[in-house]
Amino acid sequence: MKIALLGLGSVGRGVAEMVDKKDLGITITAVADSKSGYMDPAGVDIPSLLARKKKTGHCGDTGITVADIIKKATYDALVEVSPTNALTGEPSTEYIRAALGRKKHVVTSNKGPVSLAGKDLRALARKKGVAFRYEATVAGAIPVMHLLEHGLSGNEILSISGVLNGTCNYILTRMADEGLTYDQALLEAREMGYAEADPTYDVQGIDAAIKLVILTNAIWDTGKKLADVERTGIDLLTADALRLAEEDGCTIRLIAESCPKTHVLRVSPRILSKNHPLVVEGTLNALTLTTDMAKEITLIGRGAGSVETASAIIGDLLYIRDQYARRA
Amino acid sequence: MKLEMRDSPGQLVAALKPISDVGGNIIAVIHQREPERDHDTLSVQIVLELPEGKRDKLIKLLKEQGVHVQRIGEKRLLFKRTVILIGHLMHTDLSDTVDRIDSTGFAEVSDLAMSMPAVNDRSSSRITIRAVSKKDMASAMTILRQVARQKSLLLVEPLEDTA
Ligand SMILES: NC(=O)c1ccc[n+]([C@@H]2O[C@H](COP(=O)([O-])OP(=O)(O)OC[C@H]3O[C@@H](n4cnc5c(N)ncnc54)[C@H](OP(=O)(O)O)[C@@H]3O)[C@@H](O)[C@H]2O)c1
Repeated sequence: MKIALLGLGSVGRGVAEMVDKKDLGITITAVADSKSGYMDPAGVDIPSLLARKKKTGHCGDTGITVADIIKKATYDALVEVSPTNALTGEPSTEYIRAALGRKKHVVTSNKGPVSLAGKDLRALARKKGVAFRYEATVAGAIPVMHLLEHGLSGNEILSISGVLNGTCNYILTRMADEGLTYDQALLEAREMGYAEADPTYDVQGIDAAIKLVILTNAIWDTGKKLADVERTGIDLLTADALRLAEEDGCTIRLIAESCPKTHVLRVSPRILSKNHPLVVEGTLNALTLTTDMAKEITLIGRGAGSVETASAIIGDLLYIRDQYARRA
Repeated sequence: MKLEMRDSPGQLVAALKPISDVGGNIIAVIHQREPERDHDTLSVQIVLELPEGKRDKLIKLLKEQGVHVQRIGEKRLLFKRTVILIGHLMHTDLSDTVDRIDSTGFAEVSDLAMSMPAVNDRSSSRITIRAVSKKDMASAMTILRQVARQKSLLLVEPLEDTA
């Protein structure tokens, strides 16, 4: 299977490294970053690609654009791992549309296009007879989309709730365990590389809300948007609040919940008993699906990371290869 | 709660003192014929309110008084929910916040723990609310959410109900 890689940051590098290291039957035939592009229909030499990127900051030729790659390169699937634009989803949505238009499968970790134009993109893929998959957009390495589609097919999904932002979970864990103030814990999260310079997107629950929208629409196809989510962040929590919860055998976590029947679509800090399955430590993510037959199923795993996210992307790619090879 | 005893002479009077000793509050005394039992005796029911945790003490005192309690029916404030409120709790009149729940008559704040940070910092409190039914609890929570919004307080609610 030939893939074109759009973005060679943390996730793109993880994908390239695993494709190189493991015998997956995947070949990278094109790569682009923000300023350059590189194509080789016979397969890019990954070690020299990564070395070049590290040394020069460019993956290839500044004369080759992303548009060139999408339109001209030889590939079966586009792997879109460029930065998330939560407001417009661009330019990624256009990239994805163009690749689907060429009847190429698309796999992405980018929440922007999926949360804003997911319905359109799914419809376009269907029309073109190709796949559009986005396992990596929600809960990193946790294969929740695969579970929903396959393991739980035939179940009616009643509700979902979970911890979808590792940065917030890390901050709350540190506040609870060490009695740190919110500001101290945030600073620590930054030093550890878990929080961005501008943490707004994480700590105000926007990232969790976008993931909740993606999951909600994937399950119930209700066309929800970020603005539909009732959202409260963790930035006003105090160390005292965590201590008061602790005294009661509880703790506080940022929980995303969706339940169409009760019209709940919400991200908010909540009190949970310390032995509740959604109380996970550090940057972990957790997700409980409630269904009519299986009842509750809880998944816990890494919500981010270079290779962890690559795991979800590679899972999507190999699934597409198996599905479409069988059909062909 | 509801105490039920035979209406034999002296029993009722003997029951009254222990109730007031533990801080109980008698709401009603009901004499009742019990047709399925002995036709000539009456039973008496005392409906009362007891402070939290005084039930066992009362039963012990009643026994000492020789009162024979036939049945104890409890209608406790069954539903309990513990929330955390964060913000300028004192500036925004915490006792008024508590009052808004207590004054409903169907729910009450049964426990309140509070942090006292530096004067101008936001304070945090843990508040336990009790109500008789799920519906009353939901109404109490609606009121609390409104109060929190009015007073710009952050209300952290539990993810799950606890009975
Ligand atoms: N990191 C994670 O653990 C994780 C987990 C789940 C999902 N995601 C999502 O996955 C995506 C990639 O994340 P990341 O952490 O790898 O980001 P990153 O480290 O910032 O890397 C982004 C890459 O995209 C390239 N790029 C920027 N603009 C581009 C454009 N217009 N066209 C093509 N390439 C462009 C960048 O180029 P330069 O190298 O030239 O700057 C860089 O190589 C994001 O959407 C993120 O939200 C990340």
